[in-house]
Amino acid sequence: MDYFLTEEQTMIRDLARQIAEEKVVPVREELDEREEFPWEIMKVLARSDLFGLFIPEEYGGLGKGSLELCIAVEELSRACLGVSTTYAANALGTFPVLLFGSDEQKKKYLPDIAAGKRLVAFGLTEANAGSDAGGIQTTARLEGNEYVLNGTKQWITNGGEAEIYTIIAITDRSKGARGASAFIVEKGTLGFNFGKKEKKMGIRASATRELIFDNCRVPKENMIAKEGMGFIVAMKTLDNSRTGVGAQGVGVAQGALDEAIKFARERHQFGHPIISFQAIQHMLADMATQIEAARSLVYSVARYIDNGAKDISKESAMAKVFATDVAMRVTIDAVQVMGGSGYMREYPVEKMMRDAKILQIYEGTNQIQRNVIGQALIKEAAKRK
Amino acid sequence: MNIIVCIKQVPDTAEVRINPETNTLIRDGVPSIINPYDTHALEAGLQIKERVGGKVTVITMGPPQAETALREALSMGADDALLLTDKAFAGSDTWATSYTLAKAVEKLGADIILCGKQAIDGDTAQVGPEMAEFLNIPHIAYIRKIEEVKADSIRVQRLMDEGYDIVESSLPVLLTVVKELNEPRLPSLKGKMAAKKAEIKKMGPADLGADENNLGLKGSPTQVKNIFAPEAKKDRKMLEGTPEQQVDRLIQELRRLKCV
Repeated sequence: MDYFLTEEQTMIRDLARQIAEEKVVPVREELDEREEFPWEIMKVLARSDLFGLFIPEEYGGLGKGSLELCIAVEELSRACLGVSTTYAANALGTFPVLLFGSDEQKKKYLPDIAAGKRLVAFGLTEANAGSDAGGIQTTARLEGNEYVLNGTKQWITNGGEAEIYTIIAITDRSKGARGASAFIVEKGTLGFNFGKKEKKMGIRASATRELIFDNCRVPKENMIAKEGMGFIVAMKTLDNSRTGVGAQGVGVAQGALDEAIKFARERHQFGHPIISFQAIQHMLADMATQIEAARSLVYSVARYIDNGAKDISKESAMAKVFATDVAMRVTIDAVQVMGGSGYMREYPVEKMMRDAKILQIYEGTNQIQRNVIGQALIKEAAKRK
Repeated sequence: MNIIVCIKQVPDTAEVRINPETNTLIRDGVPSIINPYDTHALEAGLQIKERVGGKVTVITMGPPQAETALREALSMGADDALLLTDKAFAGSDTWATSYTLAKAVEKLGADIILCGKQAIDGDTAQVGPEMAEFLNIPHIAYIRKIEEVKADSIRVQRLMDEGYDIVESSLPVLLTVVKELNEPRLPSLKGKMAAKKAEIKKMGPADLGADENNLGLKGSPTQVKNIFAPEAKKDRKMLEGTPEQQVDRLIQELRRLKCV
């Protein structure tokens, strides 16, 4: 379907697709097998300016918006979710600085991020704080001109590989939700270490590690926004990044559908290619229809954000929940269409199915997304009275 | 350092079919690409510029639509582009093509001229070396590595059937390159956006100060009499069985044909 992309958006899509096909597809199986971080591909993305896509031109970026980021993420996800997660998590980690950072912080960090010189990670989740962000244990205590961080962040994408970390920590527990603050912590800061690399079901090219803060001192000016703004920073960051997770869902689903169609045209049973059977056609038709619906929603929400919408929690949650549920169903069906071959590692769809599962879990489980949507419905209904 | 990269827009031969009646290429609907060897030449030019500084200019001779190839080269990082286009250039063989390109190089001035070793449509590998003859400068063909670039000389590895030669030359020099030399970079977004807006300079015979008698079909000593696809010999036999059995049968067969 034609989404009436601008010439520049088409350019972005074509370039991301070219990178995906030429640089990602040939190595994705090996990256998955060896659980190897895709540094080479990150270098290609950096050289192609894709890290600067959503960063304002004054900081060396291209000044594009949510739709352009979604388009790039979708194309990379079509080839490999491990790679696109690495790329998208960089955007996730950057949003706190982009949305709430001071001029000095933006000047200091954004140009390097836009150039792809330094990778970013976002640190919110902990052992006892995932869906319930209120359970955060990591603390930041003001001592003179420094904050002293203590605690452990868990399952942090790009952990260990990134140079810049945006971290949510508690500055005043007595204030509840208003007691958290956001900080920038650079790799190499004394007292900041990494735990072991996690072994995952899918997205195995992406790196997931613990961040361990042991009396880690960061200068006061590394605080993002004001003390007590941590939850707002985190929530607005997630509002902005969720559409990108939706785009990941659209991409991986499209990649799986492409493989299933290719296979069904080639595979013969009962003297005919299996794509000639209605049973297969109907599965493919449902997959294609769901993908198009998901893409339409993701692009619409991205355009809504780009047009300056203020409260985007409900819409971005809808884009995430719908597109990633589609991704799970479609990748499962792609394996089914391909039968025994689909289950084999020789074909890419089993990896796509393993990879897709994370989309329903990370950046807020799909159950939490439904809570967000539900709460927005209640709020809207209450306003109407 | 003034670097000129000569490129050619060619049909993507991976997707080209041949009309069995006329024996000519069916070009309809076939995408045009930069001759793959030329993208390696461009990458080499960009790398030399990154190493020692300078300017990379891409030139091509072709119809107006060859502009697309030049824009693609600009998006990869070339600084400037020149399109040699005129009806008088039509029908050029390699002699007339290299004459025309050499005229343009003379006009622009260059220290290093880079070409792909050959184009994938004509496969002659003549235009690069012929240009060097017209320019009366040295050329080194089949470069697989550029070892050193100095202000007035260059040292390269030339691919040979067995191994390679190390060749040093004064500048200006013309080099033709093989794929082993490098891996061409992908375009960047900023490059693509700039290339979209860039002005492509155009030159015709008068701008080049070229002798009309040396141009196009009129200036081409090569005359194409006939184009045909060589007949494929269909006489073949597939051997089956275990490798040992196949070898036995192959030997029997060769003996029968008195080959051994």
